[in-house]
Amino acid sequence: MSENFEPVIIGFTCNWCSYRAADLAGTARVKYPPNVRLIRLMCSGRLDPTFVFKALAEGADGVLITGCHPGECHYLEQNYKALRRFLLMRRTLAGLGVEPERVKLVWASAAEGVRLANEIAILVEEVRALGPLNWPKWVSGDGHSMVPIPEAEEVPA
Amino acid sequence: MTTNPSEESTGKERIGVYVCHCGTNIAGIVDVEDVAVWAGKELKDRGVVVARDYKFMCSSLGQELIEKDIQEEGLTRVVVAACSPHLHENTFRTACGRGGLNPYLCELVSIREQVSWVHTDRKAATEKSKAMLSGGVERVIFNEPLEPLHVPIHPATLVVGGGIAGIQAALEIADGGFPVYMVEREPSIGGHMSQFDKTFPTLDCAACILTPRMVSVGGHPNITLLTYSEVVKVEGYVGNFTVTIRKKARCVNQELCTGCGICQEKCPKKVIDDIYEAGLGYRKAVYTPFPQAVPKYPVIDKPNCTYFQKGTCKACQKFCPTNAIDFEQEDEYITVQVGNIILATGYDLFDPRRVTQYGYGRLANVFTSLEFERLTNAAGPTNGNIVLRDGVTTPQTVGIIHCVGSRDRNFNNYCSVICCMQSLKFAHLVHERTGATVYNFYIDMRTAYKEYDEFYQRVLEEGTLFVRGKVAEVTDAARKPGEEGKLIVQVEDTLAGKQRRIPVDMVVLSAAMQPRSDAKEVAHLFGISCSASGWYIEKHPKLDPVATMTEGVFIAGCDQGPKDIPTSVAQGAAAAARVLGRIQQGEIALEPVRATVDQEKCSGCRICNNLCPFNAILFHEDRMVTEVNPALCQGCGTCVAACPAGAISGTVFSNEQIFAQIEGLLRVNFEHERVAELA
Repeated sequence: MSENFEPVIIGFTCNWCSYRAADLAGTARVKYPPNVRLIRLMCSGRLDPTFVFKALAEGADGVLITGCHPGECHYLEQNYKALRRFLLMRRTLAGLGVEPERVKLVWASAAEGVRLANEIAILVEEVRALGPLNWPKWVSGDGHSMVPIPEAEEVPA
Repeated sequence: MTTNPSEESTGKERIGVYVCHCGTNIAGIVDVEDVAVWAGKELKDRGVVVARDYKFMCSSLGQELIEKDIQEEGLTRVVVAACSPHLHENTFRTACGRGGLNPYLCELVSIREQVSWVHTDRKAATEKSKAMLSGGVERVIFNEPLEPLHVPIHPATLVVGGGIAGIQAALEIADGGFPVYMVEREPSIGGHMSQFDKTFPTLDCAACILTPRMVSVGGHPNITLLTYSEVVKVEGYVGNFTVTIRKKARCVNQELCTGCGICQEKCPKKVIDDIYEAGLGYRKAVYTPFPQAVPKYPVIDKPNCTYFQKGTCKACQKFCPTNAIDFEQEDEYITVQVGNIILATGYDLFDPRRVTQYGYGRLANVFTSLEFERLTNAAGPTNGNIVLRDGVTTPQTVGIIHCVGSRDRNFNNYCSVICCMQSLKFAHLVHERTGATVYNFYIDMRTAYKEYDEFYQRVLEEGTLFVRGKVAEVTDAARKPGEEGKLIVQVEDTLAGKQRRIPVDMVVLSAAMQPRSDAKEVAHLFGISCSASGWYIEKHPKLDPVATMTEGVFIAGCDQGPKDIPTSVAQGAAAAARVLGRIQQGEIALEPVRATVDQEKCSGCRICNNLCPFNAILFHEDRMVTEVNPALCQGCGTCVAACPAGAISGTVFSNEQIFAQIEGLLRVNFEHERVAELA
């Protein structure tokens, strides 16, 4: 791992809370590391797990998922569905050999610009410690492994 | 990952990219010219045909730039890298519309809120801006031309809270000729203002200016007044909310009751009035909170009524001349249709027991500001006599402590706005009515707004003593002669630079305004959000102070933050003006963010069926396919994400758009890395 590894993190934000928290962090000039790139969704419930896998497969080192606090969802309860998917996603990632810590779920209300900035900073450092994921280099465009699978050794009977 | 947007779309679209300087807001950190040049060169193969940077894209000249390019360059997509879409998305969409392009083919990339304002490294900020712009360009290729949804606005309005802000809002709308439902939790409207005697700085009698308004509300042909009622359920969306309201059983038949008050006279049960009299006075078990209550009908307080507790008494029923008492009455649930909602739910007073060193609740002659209001009120428990807790002794010295529970890191960081003026009013009233010596213990005097500082000067001239310093303690432990039997205020006088012990007979705590204890639940009920302190969040702190992020729900008065009566009234009127404008328009255009099911692809697995909290998903048993009802769909996209067959698609946030955005966001990074690898 190179000394100055700068992780790239894709963040998914809810239009009603965390995206506005990001706006608030901006208006309040709260600083956070530039490693995160945010995508706006209408709700954390819109988060299709394939978005996360796509981001990791396209070269992201980590993914941040954000939504309204439990009980505060703009669409009543969809953030709970995001939570369920997140937990499943972590298991799937572990099964794929990816550290589940690369994907993080954070609740941030529209008033929590500072909190969102802090969580971003924490995740950046956590992912930095894990090192680059380099998934795209393992997997070719058609989904097959680019690392040759060693042929099975002959085992004497 | 079956979708591969990069191959499908190369070169099909003609994309215009516009990078805004926003003065120095963006250009100060991001090399905007470099970003624009980069986009013109590196994103050419993605379809970018025009890439410009401009000082202020949102200015009319900036917008004209886009319009001209659409017409002259034949642009089919537009990406603007500027501020948050919550600020100017509409501006640029409208500009595209004027240029002849469907507004939804425009995409905004927030390089101000998400880049220049939050990052300090110029190189990293410029790189991130490029990545975000690339994401926007990839995404916009998959934007579809859409039409906004037009929703009719129901002409009725719900006003929640019958304090002065709610009253003002309701009267404005009702006078404008449209129906209003006003819901108030207490038996009467009037709110906190009805508890006050005088209002600063003019010392108008609160009741004299408030009660005519209350009467207007009560008798207005366009206002349906629902007191002793609470909203329990809100369904629907802007233009067409269905609101369920619980009318608590009054046990008094409003058709028959004349409000004569005989029941209250005859009721044998006295109860301490915690709400209206702030615990200083009594009411009966059947009561109206105060004589000028609107409506005039009393309520029976079931937990305190002898009949409900022991099964005998019925004195009120026996003496009622019109047989209006109805012990059998039950809670009633009513449903109303409204187009807009105004929340004016007010505030709670900070509980000064939490500041233990000030002794409230422990030392008899420490009063809260609300208790003191009742003491000074001519209709209050002491008929307006300022006396100690024993009910007879007039105090010789009074200490008024400012900022109790506000401007204090242990409790609330905010300034409670009204306490300085309220404390000055108290000082004046004590002077006027008792001639006692008054000390005001303040941190800073905050007397902004019209006539306020003049009032401060007046109180200074009246001889009130001002001590600048935060009070450390109020105690009854005498140390010196002259302190026995007194309350001693221990304070650092920061102007004199010394510690002082000031013996007084009475202490008044100017307690902070706090969000209602159930503000969060109410916010959730109406789908709006609270700030970290618990106040409701307005859409924009300066330019949109009474709207909320939720279309059709407005806020007014102290539920948005501490404020005085004039500001609450102004907000009530402002919210009403917003609602009236909506009603006059007759309809509102909404974002066409909706889910649709491709019935060819739907396998009828029904996984999505249980995900929708708005019951927008229907299942056709006969054809074994699912359908989304666009009128009920709110556009959250949870079903889109859940469909294993990919049969559900969501407009504005489609899978294709998001996949493309992810690719775009990460492309820049990749090139960077490859270059590094080669080197």
